[in-house]
Amino acid sequence: MTTARSGKPASEITLDALRDGQVGIDDVRIHPDTLLHQAAVAERHANPQLAENFRRAAELALLPDEQVMSIYEALRPNRSTYDDLVRIADDLQAVGAVRSAALVREAADAYRGRGLLT
Amino acid sequence: MTEGSIGRFRYMDAQRVNLDGFAVESPELGLVAFNSPADPAPTLVVQQGRVLEMDTKARADFDLLDAFIADHGLDLTVAAEAMALDEVAYARMVVDPSVSREEVVRLASGMTPAKLARCLAHLRPAELTLALTKCRARRTPSNQAHVTNRSDDPLLLAADAATAAAFGFREIETTVPVLGDAPSNAIAVSVGAAVGSPGILVQCSVEEALELQLGMRGLVSYAETVSLYGTEQIFIDGDDTPWSKAFLTSAYASRGIKMRVTSGGGAEALMGSAEGKSMFYLEARCVALARAIGAQGVQNGGIDSASVASAVPGGVRSLMAENLMVMLRNLESCTGNDALMSESDVRRTSRTHPIFIGGTDFICSGFGSIQRYDNMFGPSQWNAEDIDDYLAMQRDWGVDGGLRTAAEPEVAALRERAVAAVRAVYDSLGLADFDDAWARQAVDAAGSKDVPAADLMAPLSASRIIMDSQITMLDVVAALDEAGFEVEAQRLLDMLRVRIAGDYLQTAAIYTEDMQVLSLVTDPNDYAGPGTGYQPTPQRQAQIDAIRQQRSVEDLRLVQRTHVGEALTVVGPAQQATDPRDVVIGVSPATGVAIGQTLCGLTTVEAIEELLAGLEEEGCVGRIVRINDTIDLGLIGLTAARLAGSGIGIGLQAKGTALIHRRDLTPLANLELYSVAPTLDRAAYRQLGINAGRHAKGATPEPQRNPYSDEAIEARYHTTVVSLVAIERQHCRPGAPEAMELRSSR
Repeated sequence: MTTARSGKPASEITLDALRDGQVGIDDVRIHPDTLLHQAAVAERHANPQLAENFRRAAELALLPDEQVMSIYEALRPNRSTYDDLVRIADDLQAVGAVRSAALVREAADAYRGRGLLT
Repeated sequence: MTEGSIGRFRYMDAQRVNLDGFAVESPELGLVAFNSPADPAPTLVVQQGRVLEMDTKARADFDLLDAFIADHGLDLTVAAEAMALDEVAYARMVVDPSVSREEVVRLASGMTPAKLARCLAHLRPAELTLALTKCRARRTPSNQAHVTNRSDDPLLLAADAATAAAFGFREIETTVPVLGDAPSNAIAVSVGAAVGSPGILVQCSVEEALELQLGMRGLVSYAETVSLYGTEQIFIDGDDTPWSKAFLTSAYASRGIKMRVTSGGGAEALMGSAEGKSMFYLEARCVALARAIGAQGVQNGGIDSASVASAVPGGVRSLMAENLMVMLRNLESCTGNDALMSESDVRRTSRTHPIFIGGTDFICSGFGSIQRYDNMFGPSQWNAEDIDDYLAMQRDWGVDGGLRTAAEPEVAALRERAVAAVRAVYDSLGLADFDDAWARQAVDAAGSKDVPAADLMAPLSASRIIMDSQITMLDVVAALDEAGFEVEAQRLLDMLRVRIAGDYLQTAAIYTEDMQVLSLVTDPNDYAGPGTGYQPTPQRQAQIDAIRQQRSVEDLRLVQRTHVGEALTVVGPAQQATDPRDVVIGVSPATGVAIGQTLCGLTTVEAIEELLAGLEEEGCVGRIVRINDTIDLGLIGLTAARLAGSGIGIGLQAKGTALIHRRDLTPLANLELYSVAPTLDRAAYRQLGINAGRHAKGATPEPQRNPYSDEAIEARYHTTVVSLVAIERQHCRPGAPEAMELRSSR
């Protein structure tokens, strides 16, 4: 049985439940464990990069929408200083989002090398 | 027009294909499909698990794309074996059905962009087609529709989305002419799609951040317009980097939303920064990057720059090879055939056809299911006017191109319901009020020009409310449910619920109408030569075959029966006459019984009346005799001639084909033949009567030529002819000719 990020089982996402006000947007969000399961499936089907994406996604699944949007914005070219990106990476690291943190750190170095920092 | 030009060239210049631009190959501008002199030689130097050189470039010189691909995109455990492979040897493996898809995919994972590009440049078109059949991820092919309109009219969007679903599209992509309208469009198309079918994936193509936001709110169920480019400069001009795109890719997955990226040969040349590289090599970088960032799929094959690629020698082939490259990187391939690449129907069909018969995850990454003028991506390679062509092509080749026929009453009912559903949702959520005239026009409309009642401000103000009051798809579901659209509410709720399981995040995932996921995981392509791989189920084959225009003999018999009146009746056995003015009109066995209409639309009786009138003009007397024992027109005419006092007979098949015969000729010889029945008319039958009269009198007839036509007369009528001949044959029986009497139909 798959459960939503909120902990509600998928089988409880019904029209009746919605009518009773029992379904919120968090009840239709994917659980990090499910993403890790999908990562294993992708790995078995010869796509380790897709698996890695799902593992990063499992980390981001716990973050609020606004934070995800703002990190994306910070990663666009000429938006951030090196320190901005390192700080974002540290914040991610602090909540256990190690893969995402590594991606942001790598970006910081790459952007410095190609002049894409502010 | 050049002075001194000759008519033949003036005529050729005026053909539509000559509206297209054709470019002389120019590597320095990136106007070269394959193998530019500036394309790097494939190399890969790895030391202790780190790439030191890739495609003749040292790590120190890596741009952003090189760096990301080198560090994330290659399977270094396969690299040595893959890079050492002979290019032609690998190209052969890709085509060879006895080498598995898994094996060619495994090897590709160790190939640099330049290596894979070099290998695939060896494939000829027919080899590419077979390779698509073998290498696509999903066994079952599918198709995607564009649903947009000039006014972002929510009612029309919903009606057209339901229509697209009815025709079989499993993904629908919308976009906006006015960015602010995006949330309204997303809801209208989602609701319309849910009316049409369960399990339709919907996206709204807008700026990256807004698109993600729509996805997070559940207002769309997948994303596609996440663009990758093959040079660093263009990539940055696109306001992204490989890292921001990789993060975005994970952001979508983190909300359980399917996404694929977009690239396509020619984009860099179009934007003036191809660095002298070939389109195919630059696309090879994009595709390698798509895999590296962890996207599950790619929409490529030119896309917006398809016409740039098509302008150079081999360009159309390179577009198709791009699609194959995606498959070999083990990704979902959404194969272009999107932006219109030619003014010529022949060229655009030619560009699509090998892909269509090969079969891909999505044949079109945007079949314009609406009219060209309503397509806010610009006209597509295939548009509303082509749906019947496409369905006929599927039927001709017995190929599943993802579409199915839809009956008019079904589509009418769906459009009505889609409009009603969106009205209810917008009303309930306080987004807009639509009046009855608008709704009526939207149901009936073939395009937005047919909806003058639409209020252009409505989608914008609706969108503001959606954004300001944080409306999510759950609110839409609740509104539908309250308004009595329980089925649609359930379908949209199902699309949210599947996010929890995440199965549709896997490569090439779509939903069937019973909400089963078909993907690389659940429906892997197992093509291994004839007799293997995807075969439509008997039900699906029936959908492909049973286009709404097909007619059986029985259908035709029913139509013909309505034209058989009481005017022609048998009065007794036919007599031999001696009057030199006597001309016999011999009619075929089904005349007056089963066939009453000729191929030109006149009734058989009307044709006979004209013949009689023509004979009368020449002072002759016509007699009608039905020849029952043959359907051969020559014999009918000859038999009639032998009964006639003048020795001149007219043979007339009930379907309208006619000739003049004389009693002393052999059956296949005749005096005049009117063979192209569909082009005849009253005047022609009158003239035929006159000429028969003149033959009877020994006067000189005015020979009539078959009217000229450049239409595909045979395509139009041959199926009907086959049926009519079958009906004639059923009425053919031994027995003597019978005299018939005509009571005037007027």
